[in-house]
Amino acid sequence: MTEAPIVTVRDLVKTFPVRGRAGEPKRTLRAVDNVGFEVLRGETLGLVGESGSGKSTTGRMLVGLISATSGTVELFGHHIAAGAEKGALNKVRSRLQFVFQDPQNSLNPRMRVGDAIAEPLDVAGGLSRQTRNDRVRELLELVGLPRTCGDRFPHEFSGGQRQRIGIARALALRPDFIVCDEPVSSLDVSMQAQIVNLLLDLQEQLGLSYLFIAHDLAVVRNISTRVAVMYAGGIVEMAPKRDLYAAPKHPYTQALLAAVPRPVPGRARPPSVAGELPSLIDPPKGCAFHPRCPFAFDRCRVEKPRLKPVEGGHAVACHLHEPGGNRPPAL
Amino acid sequence: MTRVPLLSVENLTVQFRGDRGWVTAIEDVSFEIGAGENLGIVGESGSGKSVSALSILRLHGRANTRYASGAIRFGGRDLLSMSERELRKVRGGDIAMIFQDPMSSLNPVLTVAEQIIEPLQLHQGLSAAAARRRAIELLEMVRIADAGRRIDEYPHRLSGGMRQRVMIAIAIACQPKLLIADEPTTALDVTIQGQILELLRDLQREIGMSVVLITHDLGVIAEFAQRVLVMYAGRVIEQAPVAALFDRPMHPYTDGLIDAVPKLEGDLHRLTTIPGNIPDLATVIPGCRFNPRCREAKDACRRDPPALLPVGPDHLSRCPPRAAAGGAV
Ligand SMILES: Nc1ncnc2c1ncn2[C@@H]1O[C@H](COP(=O)(O)OP(=O)(O)OP(=O)(O)O)[C@@H](O)[C@H]1O
Ligand SMILES: Nc1ncnc2c1ncn2[C@@H]1O[C@H](COP(=O)(O)OP(=O)(O)OP(=O)(O)O)[C@@H](O)[C@H]1O
Ligand code: SF4
Ligand SMILES: [Mg+2]
Ligand SMILES: [Mg+2]
Repeated sequence: MTEAPIVTVRDLVKTFPVRGRAGEPKRTLRAVDNVGFEVLRGETLGLVGESGSGKSTTGRMLVGLISATSGTVELFGHHIAAGAEKGALNKVRSRLQFVFQDPQNSLNPRMRVGDAIAEPLDVAGGLSRQTRNDRVRELLELVGLPRTCGDRFPHEFSGGQRQRIGIARALALRPDFIVCDEPVSSLDVSMQAQIVNLLLDLQEQLGLSYLFIAHDLAVVRNISTRVAVMYAGGIVEMAPKRDLYAAPKHPYTQALLAAVPRPVPGRARPPSVAGELPSLIDPPKGCAFHPRCPFAFDRCRVEKPRLKPVEGGHAVACHLHEPGGNRPPAL
Repeated sequence: MTRVPLLSVENLTVQFRGDRGWVTAIEDVSFEIGAGENLGIVGESGSGKSVSALSILRLHGRANTRYASGAIRFGGRDLLSMSERELRKVRGGDIAMIFQDPMSSLNPVLTVAEQIIEPLQLHQGLSAAAARRRAIELLEMVRIADAGRRIDEYPHRLSGGMRQRVMIAIAIACQPKLLIADEPTTALDVTIQGQILELLRDLQREIGMSVVLITHDLGVIAEFAQRVLVMYAGRVIEQAPVAALFDRPMHPYTDGLIDAVPKLEGDLHRLTTIPGNIPDLATVIPGCRFNPRCREAKDACRRDPPALLPVGPDHLSRCPPRAAAGGAV
């Protein structure tokens, strides 16, 4: 595709202050560290990686839910992050949606779910009562819930049902770009499949783009066009889906793919990458993964590898893949 | 089997009051778990897994819940007839629970330290300093980096998976006899998930803890559970040792769940689904509740409620045609 990307992220950084206990000096936690990528129209970028590696924080900065410490985010041609034009976020807001990781965060316990789903419509205004209610029922059906359940409260739904309510709400305004933060992680396989198929259908019909954050590598494989892997605040590998799954290059990606549990009783999981976890307050020198990497060599302990293209849209941040580096054995 | 169960749930039926009167969320649910054993519970969203788990400790809102029938025996006593005061001692002590939704069980206005240290002082009698040391150790065990610093933060400053791990740390803090874990690893990447499951297995070896693991991830079930309960529309529809369940599923619904697992290799195509949806609680379906979605349904299935029948060693299924045929038809 030669189209201009609808989302362009450059050198994105987010730090948070951490208060220690009384008497300890204040420190800084680097949650997102120089992240950059693009999302094209009609494309899904899958974002996977270690728990706490900065995926949700990245997604939140993308839709303006939190501000970036530095770096740029360009959405539909408008800069919304640091140094943004005034009012830029308002210009693009209705075209963006966010599906929260924790459904509890997005649903008001005292609001009937039908009203929660209609809230974006009500804010936008201009719909008759009848059209609005029809739309709510249509959205409920779309996510596999009974058309009539709009008058119930969130606590009357199971965990997975609440997650689907969040998706229905995000779809209400027919956005162009949705950041889905673990939208299917508490769903059973059959419902996961239905939601993933639904998101794919909508993408085909409406040309939607997604940033799809998830832990389930098989689900990400199904929905994504390209996949980025995060570790300790940075992207360590990014590639078209087929390449990433067929030939993962970064040792962390390799470990991640090897650790997927399979529905085969008695099959032991290969030992997971042991070793010290990356502190975001005192990050390891050099490559953030070196304390756990089976292939680490001297250079890894002193110099931070940068994300560099290796071939055909495949990029990796690992010294093994630089000129003169010894390559890891293929999986 | 002749083992003496640590926990046995017998014919449990739980109902909720809604706008249109009482509805039955789970019906006639029975299962047992022995000391040191792992029981997995699977089933589609809304099938009654969490309602079953929360009922063990009577954690549903009191005003709108009816434990219409059944008993829950733990260490010789019926948890359903215990007083609220007695039950409070069991919660977080002998029986610990990891909730599906971390944010609804972590207190947003207390730091992690406050939430994990309190039960340690209460149930284990540790001093404040010892409890803090132990709390940091527990956070390190659940793989939280910079545990010594991050323990003083509020839950909203942690990532989704870190919150889930804090809950796991709180649950195992008091070395429970029984851990009920409702989707405990949904927010974790697979490498940390593997380490957490390993940690639970270590604890089982050390202290003989039993685990009820609710998860939709059949990969995790295959790896962790010894016996598995499959639920559909509020009922147990199959129960089997883990190997038998995957090798010889005896219910068409279980087949559907196994077929819907997304694959890591092979051709990419749309994900397989079980056609249709789980029925609403208020919908009455005569005969087998799965029959509208079942490809193998016979006339009898649309008429007679199926019984849970023995179909193999320690293996039960609520599908009479399969039971009669002795396997997939
Ligand atoms: N408001 C905040 N204040 C302080 N620290 C924060 C805040 N939000 C996030 N963090 C920290 O930033 C890091 C990255 O968090 P983030 O939620 O982006 O991770 P994640 O990749 O989404 O992880 P998970 O897979 O567990 O959801 C974590 O260490 C987290 O504790
Ligand atoms: N407090 C309640 N009041 C009314 N209905 C409820 C209540 N809690 C649960 N339900 C209903 O009971 C059924 C079973 O819910 P449960 O939470 O046990 O599902 P689950 O199997 O855990 O699903 P999930 O995988 O989505 O978490 C659902 O239809 C749900 O809507
Ligand atoms: S009892 Fe009948 S309808 Fe129910 S699952 Fe078995 S074959 Fe299908
Ligand atoms: Mg997250
Ligand atoms: Mg549940």
